Amino acid sequence: MTGAGPTGRARQPAAGPAQEQRPRPVRIGVLAVQGDVREHVRALTLAGAEALLVRRPAELDQVDGLVLPGGESTTIDRLTRVFGLREPLRERIAGGMPAYGSCAGMIMLADRLLDGHPQQQTLGGLDVTVRRNAFGRQVDSFECDLEVPALPGSGAPVRAVFIRAPWVEQAGPGVEVLASVAVDGRETGVAVRQGPLLATSFHPEVTDDHRFHALFVQMVREVVGSIGPRSQAAEATTDDEGER
Amino acid sequence: MSTTETSPQHEAGTTRVKRGMADMLKGGVIMDVVTAEQAKIAEDAGAVAVMALERVPADIRAQGGVARMSDPEMIAGIVDAVSIPVMAKARIGHFVEAQVLQSLGVDYIDESEVLTPADYSHHIDKWAFTVPFVCGATNLGEALRRITEGAAMIRSKGEAGTGDVSNATTHMRSIRGEIRRLQSMAEDELYVAAKELQAPYDLVAEVARRGSLPVVLFTAGGIATPADAAMMMQLGAEGVFVGSGIFKSGNPAARAEAIVKATTFYDDADVIAQASRGLGEAMVGINVDDLPEPHRLAERGW
Repeated sequence: MTGAGPTGRARQPAAGPAQEQRPRPVRIGVLAVQGDVREHVRALTLAGAEALLVRRPAELDQVDGLVLPGGESTTIDRLTRVFGLREPLRERIAGGMPAYGSCAGMIMLADRLLDGHPQQQTLGGLDVTVRRNAFGRQVDSFECDLEVPALPGSGAPVRAVFIRAPWVEQAGPGVEVLASVAVDGRETGVAVRQGPLLATSFHPEVTDDHRFHALFVQMVREVVGSIGPRSQAAEATTDDEGER
Repeated sequence: MSTTETSPQHEAGTTRVKRGMADMLKGGVIMDVVTAEQAKIAEDAGAVAVMALERVPADIRAQGGVARMSDPEMIAGIVDAVSIPVMAKARIGHFVEAQVLQSLGVDYIDESEVLTPADYSHHIDKWAFTVPFVCGATNLGEALRRITEGAAMIRSKGEAGTGDVSNATTHMRSIRGEIRRLQSMAEDELYVAAKELQAPYDLVAEVARRGSLPVVLFTAGGIATPADAAMMMQLGAEGVFVGSGIFKSGNPAARAEAIVKATTFYDDADVIAQASRGLGEAMVGINVDDLPEPHRLAERGW
């Protein structure tokens, strides 16, 4: 690649004036049938949300938004069907519930899937075509710096961790590509947003940079109508509890 | 395969990429398979990954002889047959088997005591590889020594190929118990703890602070039923390897799916009860106590 770096567009200006009154924390579920659930719970909590595990339809009813974690998408698809979560999930997403999917979660949110298992189904919602395992096998997994201007906070690049990751092969007109990488000279989307839906090919949750989670918490706040001070979300972006 | 270039800071095979891969397997079941057909059954049943090997541990035990890395032809066939991650086993210390497995594109290497060790002094230097490694451990010191050598995932050893879960519980309780003990210690006691564990001080201090290993901890060795899997999860495993337990049972597809369900709902007895119904014969099994000590695989590795 020469010069064709990651791209993105700013959505709104950085932190606005802080308000004094603190809204009730938004309640965000993490789909917990399989995958890196604990990392998402930690990131959401540090970004100012109350995080709940969702394995049953009744638990889904209690949340304002939902994270679909990284994991094995065929397993997550199968378990959501076996345990009667698929239709409730589709209804909530169709009803405007904010959702954020990382890696396997991006696959679950895609309307169209390439290189899936023959019986694999997605929940849909995002008007994108996603290619599964697009970057290759584990020996091809990598991390790199990504510029994502849409994120709240300092504007520093994101250290993006791609693990047998999918990419967005094609995006409909309503989809905003927040970041992309050049593959064989062609830009492919790796972070997208469409209305209340957010998805990344990579895993912010395995790093200590929680700006994507802060952005998602903000999206959930906007939808539930209890919009908190933006700076609060922006500040909850990093912590120094070095883990990985 | 396409070449991906993103930024000057593009790095493959980092610690975060290797350990992160194991994070994505959490809450899942990894199943031993010996043919492409078995791999597909495992994938259809909801396995998060398959372990490709020539003989399941129960057969290695029955047939004896030197157990080695599987034929690359067979591993490549399984890699082609499924879309989920494929793991494969190398002998303890056999770094060239590991090089071959990395060249075949397997997603994780198990440096495994189930195969006959190739080196009775040294394990593989796992930092030298792009592909991540999982290693077995019977206690915390052993787990930390493997992590020091570069393992990105640990599994408690149990006693493979027996269908007897007792050693899996012993090893998991030992690892979790020793972590709890470290957590209760004063900081100045950790130096001696590191000496006793025969593990680097920095790693011991990190475990004491976190209350967990710095890598994912799965269970393995003797898991044969949905209840076995759920018990190991309740004891602190983050996921389950099932070796002979599935394809040595009466109805592998049903048993595989049941173990997957019980691993997700490991704390819900109603779901485990439902999943356990009508699965047919479990693998026959061998009591670990009936095995002469030289035949116990868990004692390989140190």
